[in-house]
Amino acid sequence: MSLLTVNNLTLQFDTDEGRITAVDDVSFEVNSGGVLGLVGESGSGKTVTAKSIMRLNSSNAVYAPESRLLLKLDDGDVDILSLKHKRDMQVVRGGSVSMIFQEPMASFAPAITIGDQMVEQLVLHKKITKKKASDISIEMLDRVGISDADKRFKQYAFELSGGMRQRAMIAMALSTRPKLLIADEPTTALDVTIQAQVIDLMKDLVTEFGMGIIFITHDLGVIAQTADRVAVMYLGRIVEQGTVRDVIKNPAHPYTLGLLDALPKLEDMDAPLTPVPGDIPSPLERPSGCVFHTRCALAEPRCSQSIPKMVALDQQHTVACFVEAEKRGAA
Amino acid sequence: MSDTPIISAGNLSVDFQIGGGLFTSKKFLRAVNRVFIDIPKGSFFGLVGESGSGKTTLGRALLKAVPISDGKIRYSDGEVDYSLRAMNHADLKEYRKRAQLIFQDPYAALSPRMTVRDIIAEPLEVMRITKSREESDQRVRDIADKCRLNLEHLRRFPHAFSGGQRQRISIARSLVSNPKFVVADESVAALDVSIQADILNLLKDLQNEFGLTYLFISHDLSVVAHICDHVAVMYLGRLVETAPTRELFQAPRHPYTKALLSAIPSIDPDHEGAVQKLEGEIPSPTNPPPGCKFNTRCRFAIDICRKEEPRLEHSSKEHDVACHRWEEL
Repeated sequence: MSLLTVNNLTLQFDTDEGRITAVDDVSFEVNSGGVLGLVGESGSGKTVTAKSIMRLNSSNAVYAPESRLLLKLDDGDVDILSLKHKRDMQVVRGGSVSMIFQEPMASFAPAITIGDQMVEQLVLHKKITKKKASDISIEMLDRVGISDADKRFKQYAFELSGGMRQRAMIAMALSTRPKLLIADEPTTALDVTIQAQVIDLMKDLVTEFGMGIIFITHDLGVIAQTADRVAVMYLGRIVEQGTVRDVIKNPAHPYTLGLLDALPKLEDMDAPLTPVPGDIPSPLERPSGCVFHTRCALAEPRCSQSIPKMVALDQQHTVACFVEAEKRGAA
Repeated sequence: MSDTPIISAGNLSVDFQIGGGLFTSKKFLRAVNRVFIDIPKGSFFGLVGESGSGKTTLGRALLKAVPISDGKIRYSDGEVDYSLRAMNHADLKEYRKRAQLIFQDPYAALSPRMTVRDIIAEPLEVMRITKSREESDQRVRDIADKCRLNLEHLRRFPHAFSGGQRQRISIARSLVSNPKFVVADESVAALDVSIQADILNLLKDLQNEFGLTYLFISHDLSVVAHICDHVAVMYLGRLVETAPTRELFQAPRHPYTKALLSAIPSIDPDHEGAVQKLEGEIPSPTNPPPGCKFNTRCRFAIDICRKEEPRLEHSSKEHDVACHRWEEL
């Protein structure tokens, strides 16, 4: 079994305006030592999916009964959604699974030193002494390329620059040696030069620690350079999944193709930029059938009537589109 | 596009006071440091750099929206000719119509309490450009149509719109006074790629329609590569390189530009990452290094780079670079 198996995850939110579907029948797997990229526009459900794994969604979240989130641990498997109590979640949160957020300033407590925060979570999860925890933390800060680690250890988040804060965040997330790391847009708030440094660092760490990573981003370039598998999300559904090479070089879903055509590429500066027509629909007016049919150039009557199933184009590559699947002889 | 610059700035500096109260000495932060820049009329001029490089401050100085500490700026669109540092009140009012700004965040830039019509009409009323409400309405409808807004939507409030639509409203408001020079400050940075392409195409169409000159400030080099015809690269308040886009991207001369270009993640998964990786981060502008501002991160830095600041010089007709060693590198 894979490190994490997500099966038929469906998640709705109860709001004043009605029940909103945020994640709709999503299934994927993450292996140890593998990086799964989760790509999509804002509102596509990437972050909500990731937060489900940590059970961090707000209390108005309703999980469908058939949803399964299976995490493989040393002493047996656990279905994260079946955990009833907060204390049961401690095995998962910060223990086996760590998360890095987009905005590192908002993720550190402003009035507690970086060191104290790192030590606190280590002592909580690893049952070790404070002294040992400090040693591990400083070593980890050093490992992620922060110079003068013992000095930084005593500083507050505001004293660090953006790139440094994100490194500290990574150090903190990895110090408990998680089996799975969820990185939610970890480089979006950073400059390209710093982004390149952080991407390199994360690649090195996967090799060194052999953990599985879910890498969430809207940037296909970042995905191409970090992930080995990618799942493209649109309005809460995965529309295409495969190896990075397959999905980027041989995209099957019209939405994936649209994203690639809209992306300015340095390799071809004269290529016209083609926007995906229309806007992403409001979650309150969720289209019937294939969620993308309102913006799709290939849409046929059946696309608005029934939901296309994920079909395999080959062993690695799956797509949820009637038209493209038929065209490629997979339906 | 003609060769006459619509904006020509020389030795331009902007200082901000930091700290310094009754009993402590004043300290200054130099956000824009002796910049020379010519923006040709009708160009789509890109300004790139990391955060903290002074791009936004330079853009605002050219609009006379921040106090200019030193140097001069000349604006000349063929109809009027202004020296921005010494202009009277009447000229400044006229300049406000001719030079406009499009903001980054379409969620923060539009008042939630005003209808789209009122948002777009506000500059007309504030600057007393139109005489009657009917005239304002007509101009609002014209520009909204040009910005591909649904005229039915003019009575709605901004919350009803998506990011892309809001940015079109924001653009309509900036263009309603019929400006000649527009500073677009990270105007697509907050948008998803699928929408970003649409806004970029709109900006380009509007340029052709109204003969606009843009200063397009962005941290995203691939966007700049696609839309701009000229690019200037900033680092720590200094302009380090400027050239026509194609030339800059194909033959960058400054080590910083080279590093910046190679840091962009390639969409090709088989592409072997960045070759010229940049170590460290941009130094604080409160304490800039002596000599070339880039010397602390430059792997080609030699003694002279740490002592003497390089000037921006012609490396070819249209390609300027500020580096002591550009010829040998």
